[in-house]
Amino acid sequence: MSALLSLKNVHRRYRRGGFFTRTEMLHVLRGVDLELEEGASLGLVGRSGCGKSTLGRVALGLERPDKGSVCFRGEDIAASDPASYAEFRRSVQVVFQNVQNSVNPRMTAGEIVAEPMRNFFGLSKAEAVERSRPLLEQVGLKASDADKRPTQFSGGELQRVCIARALAPKPRVVVFDEAVSSLDMLVQARVLSLIEHIRDEQGLAFLFISHDLRVVAGLCREVALMADGVIAARKSSVKELVATGHPAIGELLASLPPAAPGR
Amino acid sequence: MMRRLFYNKIFWAAAILLGLIGAGALFAPQMGLPDPQEVNLAAKLLPPSSEHLLGTDHLGRDVLSRLLYGSRVSLGSVFIILLLIVTFSTLAGSVAGFFGGVIDSAIMRTCDVFLTFPTIILAMFFIAALGTGLTNVVIAIFFTHWAWYARIVRGIVISLKNREYVLAARVAGTSRGRIVARHILPALAPQLLVLSTLDIGHMMLHVAGLSFLGLGVQPPTPEWGSMINDARQYIWTQPQLLIYPGLAIFVSVMAFNLLGDAMRDASDFSFAEVES
Ligand SMILES: Nc1ncnc2c1ncn2[C@@H]1O[C@H](COP(=O)(O)OP(=O)(O)O)[C@@H](O)[C@H]1O
Ligand SMILES: [Mg+2]
Repeated sequence: MSALLSLKNVHRRYRRGGFFTRTEMLHVLRGVDLELEEGASLGLVGRSGCGKSTLGRVALGLERPDKGSVCFRGEDIAASDPASYAEFRRSVQVVFQNVQNSVNPRMTAGEIVAEPMRNFFGLSKAEAVERSRPLLEQVGLKASDADKRPTQFSGGELQRVCIARALAPKPRVVVFDEAVSSLDMLVQARVLSLIEHIRDEQGLAFLFISHDLRVVAGLCREVALMADGVIAARKSSVKELVATGHPAIGELLASLPPAAPGR
Repeated sequence: MMRRLFYNKIFWAAAILLGLIGAGALFAPQMGLPDPQEVNLAAKLLPPSSEHLLGTDHLGRDVLSRLLYGSRVSLGSVFIILLLIVTFSTLAGSVAGFFGGVIDSAIMRTCDVFLTFPTIILAMFFIAALGTGLTNVVIAIFFTHWAWYARIVRGIVISLKNREYVLAARVAGTSRGRIVARHILPALAPQLLVLSTLDIGHMMLHVAGLSFLGLGVQPPTPEWGSMINDARQYIWTQPQLLIYPGLAIFVSVMAFNLLGDAMRDASDFSFAEVES
């Protein structure tokens, strides 16, 4: 049985520099190998700018790797037929960090959550908006919130809308890219317990990208460390990862804010 | 944006003024005015009267009627130009911004070429090649202005295509065409509206200027620029013939600029709101 989602020797470069400066290539991913099994809850840590979000976008099929491949159930998504690509598209969903930019300000919460259901289940807009209501309740909002617009929600509530949108097409994997990093501590804790609850209830696999070791330690059953464009280590707890003594881990530990009461 | 505009006095003043000008243009045929093209040499250069509210010109034509029918030409041609430009530039700019790479470079270099043509020179070229007339003026203004819009659309599309909500729509399985229609165009529309409102005045001046030079609208069709041209020889004896169309151009260009400014200020504010 092959892994649900796997990255094989993935490379990704960006062009840097403009018309007048010499263009140089920024080699962000330098041969990433990463496997995500059914039901896995993997944290991905690394210092900011090391390419975690890039890895996330490649895994989501939003960017093509320059070299290497992304496979869904063992099949390369770049070479798969339309039906299996559609299955990949539906099964791998995302929640981003920047909550305000994650939703179209001109749409209602119901329309936002309805979008994937209209595409994947062929529902009409009205049907899909109706089906968004129980989903909003599932993430701790009210059914009537479907008629509200993004400006009427707080950051934490909006992130719940985004989580509902990610869950709407009944995915197998959700990529959380710094999904709680822009929220304040208390809201963060609530959203995290929601994520934990959904994972346990639905047996979802997830890739939880973060630069905050504590969040990952509290939530994930496995942790991978990214450094120099590759997965430098993968352990079953943050403690074991710290024990490897990798320099990147030291930096992450040093960047932690002083321990706060609560979480 | 709407709420802020609602309390802006300049916006309302300009909007009401333009509403009046627009109504005058639209309903000119229904107002029972004398025929703007009817020549009556016996009644030339008459002072204002109940029959001719603003008097008559050197061929005895009713000045008020010519002003109102003239506004149809000025406003009408500018709206046609804008419609052409906005449609074409949105298409070109979105394609360039969305696909990037070679397609983007090709479209942008084409823009660069078009941006080097001055409107008046290109208009003269078209008129020399195809003859005088409003259509050629419209074509010339279209050719020299679309590239600005295409570049701006491209910039906005590039900044939007990596926005999280557009990425999220791709993950949600929305097709490219639908993403453009559902997520990109609605964000583009208000900015294009502001931009084109700010440009209307400028384009009206082009139409009037070229007609003044005798390259655009041809007599006897009434048009503000050509009315000024007709009035040149009476500048000392009958200055009102020059002042009326001059004032019409001045007031409508100013009103469009004020309206555009007010809209731009209001939208700046709402951008700041979104960023914070
Ligand atoms: N679209 C892009 N074009 C050019 N450079 C990019 C692009 N996306 C990311 N980068 C660069 O790649 C590096 C890694 O970025 P990112 O994956 O966002 O890191 P992280 O999520 O770990 O903070 C950064 O130096 C960033 O500037
Ligand atoms: Mg990131």
